[in-house]
Amino acid sequence: MSDAALLEIEDLSVTYRTAKGPVEAVRGVSFTLGREKLGIVGESGSGKSQTGRAILGLTDGNGTVHAKTFRFAGIDLRHASERTMRSIRGNRISMILQDPRYSLNPVMPVGRQIAEAFLVHHRTSQRDARQRALNMLEAVRIRDPERVYRAYPHELSGGMGQRVMIAMMMIPEPDLIIADEPTSALDVTVSLQVLAILDRLVTERGTGLVFISHDLELVASFCDRVLIMYAGRIVESCAARDLAEAKHPYTRGLLNSLPKIDRPVAVLPTLDRDPSWAG
Amino acid sequence: MAVTAGQRSWLLTDTPASAFQARCQRTYLTWLIFRTNPIAVAGLVIVLTLVLMALFAPILTGGNGLTQNLAGRLQPPSAEHWFGTDQLGRDIFDRIVWGSRITLYIVGLVAVIVVPIGLVIGIVAGYVGGWVDQVLMRITDIFLAFPRLILALAFVAALGPGIENAVLAIALTTWSPYARIARAEALTIRRSEFIMAARSQGASTFRILTHHVAPLCLSSVIVRLTLDMAGIILTAAGLGFLGLGAQPPSPEWGAMISTGRQFILDQWWVPTMPGLAILIVSLGFNLLGDGLRDVLDPRGGGK
Amino acid sequence: MLSVRHLDVRFGRNEDAVHAVRDVTFEVGRGASFGLVGESGSGKSTVLRAIAGLVDRWTGTIEVGGEALGAERSKRFRREVQMVFQDPYGALHPRHTVDQILKEPLEIHRIGDRDDRVMQALAEVGLDERFRFRFPHQLSGGQRQRIAVARALVIEPKVILLDEPTSALDVSIQAEVLNLLQRLRRERSLTYVLVSHNLAVVSHMCDTLAVMRDGEVVEGMAVEALRSGTPTHPYTRQLFRAASGYDADLVASLVDDL
Repeated sequence: MSDAALLEIEDLSVTYRTAKGPVEAVRGVSFTLGREKLGIVGESGSGKSQTGRAILGLTDGNGTVHAKTFRFAGIDLRHASERTMRSIRGNRISMILQDPRYSLNPVMPVGRQIAEAFLVHHRTSQRDARQRALNMLEAVRIRDPERVYRAYPHELSGGMGQRVMIAMMMIPEPDLIIADEPTSALDVTVSLQVLAILDRLVTERGTGLVFISHDLELVASFCDRVLIMYAGRIVESCAARDLAEAKHPYTRGLLNSLPKIDRPVAVLPTLDRDPSWAG
Repeated sequence: MAVTAGQRSWLLTDTPASAFQARCQRTYLTWLIFRTNPIAVAGLVIVLTLVLMALFAPILTGGNGLTQNLAGRLQPPSAEHWFGTDQLGRDIFDRIVWGSRITLYIVGLVAVIVVPIGLVIGIVAGYVGGWVDQVLMRITDIFLAFPRLILALAFVAALGPGIENAVLAIALTTWSPYARIARAEALTIRRSEFIMAARSQGASTFRILTHHVAPLCLSSVIVRLTLDMAGIILTAAGLGFLGLGAQPPSPEWGAMISTGRQFILDQWWVPTMPGLAILIVSLGFNLLGDGLRDVLDPRGGGK
Repeated sequence: MLSVRHLDVRFGRNEDAVHAVRDVTFEVGRGASFGLVGESGSGKSTVLRAIAGLVDRWTGTIEVGGEALGAERSKRFRREVQMVFQDPYGALHPRHTVDQILKEPLEIHRIGDRDDRVMQALAEVGLDERFRFRFPHQLSGGQRQRIAVARALVIEPKVILLDEPTSALDVSIQAEVLNLLQRLRRERSLTYVLVSHNLAVVSHMCDTLAVMRDGEVVEGMAVEALRSGTPTHPYTRQLFRAASGYDADLVASLVDDL
């Protein structure tokens, strides 16, 4: 397990052609990622999801991606062919999305989908893949792997569905996982359990994790480092435990505007948006 | 459609100042999307040509398409008679232009009957559900089961030939799919939160159907209608061909093909010109319908 | 002002019936704010909908202003009790302008001076007349939710039912909308029933709250008890600790079948 950076990104930008002119969803984003948990936090329109998709080359058709440096494990992603990207996607970089109901094939039993996620990138027998899938289901703490293997996505609860997603995304043993709002559709207690599983697997296997979310407190308590995005730019970058001492007014504003059970206020401080934050 | 700079900014402003302006804006934006599809625009041009032809028939032809000239019968297309003359010496171009009025009349009348009936039955069935839904849908199924031309034939045979009877016959066999479409849309819309909001405000079912459900179902129904036009025209032409629609000497295109078919080998223009007219107009409606469907896509909300 | 006793709601028939709400009882005083907290499937939204008259079959007693409600809701009830829904994107008709949306309740209840009232409602929620003829897709999430609040206010109700009003909004917008709701409650002496899965939001907005799970009320308390960290029921305690973020040790102690 080398210490080399998994992701090196410098000056990344994603621009969309729209009827009203070009729109820059991501502007001048730079960061590196090692084998750690990095959180990217922002509100809607901040560009956090677009950044995640750009890493996987999944930007929409009418968007263009530019960067000064854009490397994954030494591979230059700027000019990577579709073939290269396909060998990376699902194999070395996996993505977990918000709602398993929409990411899983509704007409195929989930166990088969997990096995297929492995077979796509590794030549092995069906039986071997099935066994690996069952092992993954156990690894994500599903109590009855055989039964869940045969189940269809609609038969699973939200939390179970997300655990199946994690199994599916981790079975090819990727180097990097991008999780885009993986727990936003789940109840609080269930999402914590799912995060615990993700935490354990990521730590055990030394996988890098990019955790994209709008939930600042959750990301701060789960990740090692946090990036705050606003209007396509990164406005703050710090260690998760230092978040309370964040410097940028946007971050402070976000932290202050959250209602807190133990510190009641009569009126919640609201964010005074300074146009200079958008650069 | 050329607009001045002032009109354009009025149409694109972010802050419309009246309901009228807001509606004009939506129409204009829809038009902008529509016009990026050249095939759809071609369809629109064809349909507009039909309408203009029908409107300006007296000016275009300087007659009424019924003037016979037995001395000049069966003349090929020439500078004087663009489409030639038929077996009674009548100018075929004139007759086609006047026939466009009949075509539009039939198509318009069917639309006016079929859309409201289909829409109302569909949204009531879809929204109210229960036994009302069952009864209405079984009625719809019954009408759906009849093959269009055969029922039209039976109807016209019973009531006697004539355009109005033909129209009625076509309308009776055409409304069912619209009810189905409207019902499918209503079923989805019924669960929306804005419907719940309307109910929680005390809106009556009637109000919800007219103000909330119908406007959203309308675009699907209109798209379907435009695509159906070709079939309606062909059915009307079929009835005319069998002598059951418009009666001679009326220049209905189907009837023109029928009376002209014996001349197809030597004087091909007599039945072919009206045939081409039917083809082009059907094509035009199809293309327009396709274009409208892309623009008013129900999945996207048709904004 | 609002009293719910032994409310029971079932969906479906016989063996397949889902018992969404079981024997729920609570009271809300005039001008007070009551919170219903729970995770998904707890039945909290169903309780709100039953009060609003959007649920077909329910048993129990619901009283508003001392008057018991029957199977149907009268027009007068509708004037007094209004609802704000969770999804700002779905709660407004996509083909109606803001003006139409706000005039709808006025037209249903045949109230006059419609233009004035619409302008006033817009002003109350902090939007100016530029928004009056826009369509919902031309508004941001926060603006749509403000319109939803304006729509609830325009016929001057006494009770407002709020179903996760800020769950779909960004954090910074949530603060603005919550402040707006607090101000309106103060100025107009409104009674609120707020449903949310977010304990922090409920603790900020409400005077008393009840925790629901699987259709039942598990614990009821004043918000001070919640703040001081002394909820007694283990499920409430679990929710309380989960609200402060991820903690590996906490997860180990989470029990699924409490």
